Amino acid sequence: MSVPVLSCEDLEAGYGPFRALFGISFEVAEGTATALIGPNGAGKSTVARVASGLVAPSAGRVLVKGVDMTGKAPHEFAEAGIAHAPEGRAVFASLTVEENLELAFRESLGRKGVAAALDEAYEMFPRLKERRTQLAGTLSGGEQRILTLARVMILRPALLIADELSLGLAPMITTEVYRILEKIKAAGCALLIVEQHMDYALALADEVLLLRQGEVTFRGPPGEMDRRSASLLSESLSESLSENPPQQEQSS
Amino acid sequence: MVDLLEYAVRGIPTGCVFALLAVGLVLTYKTSGVFNLAFAAQAYTSAAVFYVLRKEQEWPLFWSAFIAIVIVGPALGLLLERVLFRHLRGAGSLAKMVTSLGLLIAIPEVVKLFFGSDAKSNPPPLWYVRRTDEWLWPQGSKFVFDAGQVTTILSTLVVVLGLTVLFRYTNLGLRMRAVVESSRLAELNGVNAERVSMASWMLSSMLAGLAGVLVAPLFASLNPIDLFTLLVAALAATVVGGLSSIPLTFIGAIGLGMLQAVLAGSLPTNSVLATGLRPGLPFLVLFALLIFRPGLRSNSEMADPLATVDPPLPVPVAVSRPRWMSISSRTVGVVATMFGLLVSWFVLDGFWLAIVISGVVLGVIMLSLTVVTGIGGMLSLAQASLAAIGAFTTAQVVTATGLPVLVAMLIGAAVAAACGALLAIPVVRLDGVYLALGTLAFALMFESILVPLSWVSGGSVPLAVPRPVIGPWDLADDRYFLLFAALCLTVIALAVIRVRQGTTGRFLQAIQSSPTAANSIGISGGRSRIIAFTLAAGIAGFGGGLLASFAGRANYQASFPYVVGLVWVALVISAGARSIQAAVFSGIMFFLLPATLNRVFSWPENYLEAHQQAPEWMQNLLGLVQPNWAVPVSFILFGIGAFTYAKHPEGIIEAQTNSSVTAVLLWTERRKAKVDATSSMDTPQVSA
Amino acid sequence: MSPTADSTEQPTEQPAPLLQASGISKRFAGLMALADVSIQVEAGETVAVIGPNGAGKSTLFNCLSGVLRADRGTVTFDGQRLESLSPTQRSRLGIARTFQRIELFGGMTVRDHLMVADRARSGRGGLWSDLFRSSKPTEEEHARCQAVLDLLGLDEVQDRSADSLSLGKGRLVELGRALMCEPKLLFLDEPSSGLDRNETEEMSLALETVQREHGTAVVLIEHDVPMVQRLATRIYVLDYGSLIASGNTQEVLQDEVVRAAYLGVAT
Ligand SMILES: Nc1ncnc2c1ncn2[C@@H]1O[C@H](COP(=O)(O)OP(=O)(O)OP(=O)(O)O)[C@@H](O)[C@H]1O
Ligand SMILES: Nc1ncnc2c1ncn2[C@@H]1O[C@H](COP(=O)(O)OP(=O)(O)OP(=O)(O)O)[C@@H](O)[C@H]1O
Ligand SMILES: [Mg+2]
Ligand SMILES: [Mg+2]
Repeated sequence: MSVPVLSCEDLEAGYGPFRALFGISFEVAEGTATALIGPNGAGKSTVARVASGLVAPSAGRVLVKGVDMTGKAPHEFAEAGIAHAPEGRAVFASLTVEENLELAFRESLGRKGVAAALDEAYEMFPRLKERRTQLAGTLSGGEQRILTLARVMILRPALLIADELSLGLAPMITTEVYRILEKIKAAGCALLIVEQHMDYALALADEVLLLRQGEVTFRGPPGEMDRRSASLLSESLSESLSENPPQQEQSS
Repeated sequence: MVDLLEYAVRGIPTGCVFALLAVGLVLTYKTSGVFNLAFAAQAYTSAAVFYVLRKEQEWPLFWSAFIAIVIVGPALGLLLERVLFRHLRGAGSLAKMVTSLGLLIAIPEVVKLFFGSDAKSNPPPLWYVRRTDEWLWPQGSKFVFDAGQVTTILSTLVVVLGLTVLFRYTNLGLRMRAVVESSRLAELNGVNAERVSMASWMLSSMLAGLAGVLVAPLFASLNPIDLFTLLVAALAATVVGGLSSIPLTFIGAIGLGMLQAVLAGSLPTNSVLATGLRPGLPFLVLFALLIFRPGLRSNSEMADPLATVDPPLPVPVAVSRPRWMSISSRTVGVVATMFGLLVSWFVLDGFWLAIVISGVVLGVIMLSLTVVTGIGGMLSLAQASLAAIGAFTTAQVVTATGLPVLVAMLIGAAVAAACGALLAIPVVRLDGVYLALGTLAFALMFESILVPLSWVSGGSVPLAVPRPVIGPWDLADDRYFLLFAALCLTVIALAVIRVRQGTTGRFLQAIQSSPTAANSIGISGGRSRIIAFTLAAGIAGFGGGLLASFAGRANYQASFPYVVGLVWVALVISAGARSIQAAVFSGIMFFLLPATLNRVFSWPENYLEAHQQAPEWMQNLLGLVQPNWAVPVSFILFGIGAFTYAKHPEGIIEAQTNSSVTAVLLWTERRKAKVDATSSMDTPQVSA
Repeated sequence: MSPTADSTEQPTEQPAPLLQASGISKRFAGLMALADVSIQVEAGETVAVIGPNGAGKSTLFNCLSGVLRADRGTVTFDGQRLESLSPTQRSRLGIARTFQRIELFGGMTVRDHLMVADRARSGRGGLWSDLFRSSKPTEEEHARCQAVLDLLGLDEVQDRSADSLSLGKGRLVELGRALMCEPKLLFLDEPSSGLDRNETEEMSLALETVQREHGTAVVLIEHDVPMVQRLATRIYVLDYGSLIASGNTQEVLQDEVVRAAYLGVAT
């Protein structure tokens, strides 16, 4: 057994006096995908933030590849191979699209790797190439998301964390992104994905982590997730578990 | 024509001086997000070190310059970053600007404590001069630059080119820009934000050092205010560059230098136009640029996209505390005020009474800052000028018409409000930093162009303003005046509270946090902000009239110079921009602290005089303390107050109240819990 | 030119639509973000605008609500021309909107968000009444707020500060604030993004209720096709700034061109 890429032990975290997580433990093994699901305000984003060092846990430990990283700065997490695409608009508004990408690639790929990585990103998302010299702050909402995702997907990190992965993406792009994620995963990159579109996430995931009010209420492979714990989350989930295939497949 | 050209070329060295300062400001803003008015103070520090080493210690030129520019400059930058600005990275541009104001006030005073506050005349130049005309260039032509000018021009070119290359072609430049916008997102990208931010500060501080050492010989003596005024004159150039483009800033600065030289050469000397316009020109240009340069409003996009990671600011205590507590604290407030008045009435002697009164009157002016900055969210640096307008109007009305002083004060308030509205209409369209610059430009235009005019200020001798007489009470008695001032303060404070809690206050808060959203629900940003600005101007004008009446004359130099206004802003905002107590507290502190410190620091001297036979060690020790420390130390304390703004953007007073409220609540809760626990322990026993 | 264009599109006997925008164009340095787009909305109906990322949907909203000035085109709302009006003035006429990236008032509680919107609509309160009258909310204002809080299920967070809310709750607050303006026309920019299916369901329900009770017309931008199918009777499809299809929801979603451009299905 190899060491898990990420393991969290009894995490507690919060914002000021407000507690958002109450003792969360889980692992993400190398090359596997974990879907983090739960209702609004359950603490999914907080877990993602703790796992990339943005929020320091108030108790518990975060280990990356077996090394204790609790309390380290986010850039040290990045060096250790964790790439986090935060929710919402997570781009440098005052830099151009290309500068945004350059900044991301320069740190981990070095001066030489940048050109190739840029080409790859533009090939992956032609839209970005069209908007290359535009300031990222003026991109449309979806384009900003694409930029955020392109940054982490090109890097092929040890662990890719994506918060609200498909938020604001048109169906076509969402499908495309999941297709690429499959590939990345096959290449040995572990995934931790927060997603509201359950159908997509469950199709990709090896393990599901169900969060409610800052606690893990279910952890296991999607198949084992019984109707009861799913309906704890929402009716729609149990529906999607039973038969509803994703919209795209329906229409094709 | 040829003459104009010659004048223009003569303007180049001045333009380069402007460029050095303006580029330094832009560099700091780009790499740290701070519109760093303290740049002048940093420049002063290096210049002072250079002065001491080169002139007093007579070190060789190279080593003095090396220590002053390459060691002291970056070291100061590093210090500021570590203890101060790193904690401010996520704060708004307003918070950062106020902090830099605090530094602007405090740093020169610290330097003076180190090197002595005696005048440093004839600052040494950064070049070897034997005789200036040996260096004339080009020889024999009409256009002549001396060694100093050549050095300035060359340094400026090197700096501008270097920085342009840094930003355009290097990864460090890219990282610096990224870290300013969002240090967290930069960290997620693998950038070590701390290291980058330290590098930024060291670089910009080194540039400040270079600018200081180069510019100092332009003045007869080394003096922080001169450096700051020069910096403000260079601001127009930073606006040309939109606070981001270094080449444009450079071009703007050169243009400004040439314009100034051409006007100086071509306007007839002695004309009103020349005497007024020359010193005021840079500020006129700045104001005009702010209003007419397109594209200045788009700066608000710089919000940190990962700000949602921060916990929200604590809810103001006035909202969060329970009702019984607000009632009891209000009672305490009233009782304390009463007590203060009684003490002033019966105990204080004339000196201290005058200090308390000045403080209370200044409290009124401070409340105007509460309205415009705390409630309106606009950093106005012109409140001192608006107060001066109120004072001048009061004086002129009384002198010209003989109306009662009280009526004249109200007219003064109205005129100040009208001026405020006129200023607000163009200025409120601007964003944070630009708005502050607009008001600063106004303050300086007022000071350099209008104040010297006799129909404004009454000329060189300040106009007299009598004390009001209300019915049987002649306020010439200081004690009656104190009551009157306290009454005015109370009425205005109550009005400010109502505005803050009322619809206007809410609208302003909405506009501040999201202008687009506020517009989308039908709140007009411009209108509410103009109302707030006008109201604040009126309050300031009234306070100015009151201050003049108390002092007996409307004395601009003593009460209202723009630098004093900057100290007020730093003081009131660090005490709590939204809080009434903070305004009153800072008004009183402004006068009380220096006076008290003066007493404290002159105590050793008096003691030694009285005890001639004190042991020698004691004489030596006490002899160290100088009474003239009072002003520097209180300014340092005021400045330090502004630093705390970093930690408590809600203000010191507010933070203190907040923590005491929390403590009291915790205590009552614990008591309740104890009572509950004992009673619940009782219950099982009973049931058993 | 617009009247003739209208009459060819629309049978003349019908009453004038609530919103009629014709020939809207907007260019951003070298990019045609909107090219001659026309849409109309009848009172009380729900219309969706869909299209791939960067198609110009939000730009269209911005032009209609006044955040951006269109380069060309006319907008008529409720019989009134809008082109020269500011966002504030348009809001007073009865146009409310939400934003793709939520725009809340940081530091204000959820309840205050609604209260401020209500005051802005009713015009009650101003400097004068702040100073000389009570600015406390009246019973009616409380009732109006409470109704919206209940409708959107925001009751338990009503005293939380807006910047401590999770993304999903924030969306609901934004919707609530827009509803407090009692608009005739509501622009919603991706209202369901950040909500899970269950919450999307609740939001759809809330919208249907509002529409039933107040007859508000809604224009939606959505990437969530099931929600569009459920709510919208008509759809406009944008791609690269131009309208590529419009009409009845089911028909448009079956359209080959639309499926290729938007849903990513090979034709
Ligand atoms: N900056 C903050 N300050 C205070 N509380 C916060 C902050 N950010 C989140 N919270 C609170 O922490 C809890 C967990 O929030 P989190 O953002 O992790 O939820 P989430 O599961 O990602 O929800 P969503 O699906 O809506 O994004 C919520 O109750 C939220 O209100
Ligand atoms: N200020 C601007 N300057 C330059 N280009 C801009 C500006 N604003 C928007 N654009 C471009 O205009 C196009 C349309 O943007 P818009 O925001 O309307 O897209 P959208 O349809 O809402 O997309 P999404 O579904 O991703 O939100 C995008 O390609 C965007 O990059
Ligand atoms: Mg989240
Ligand atoms: Mg959009």
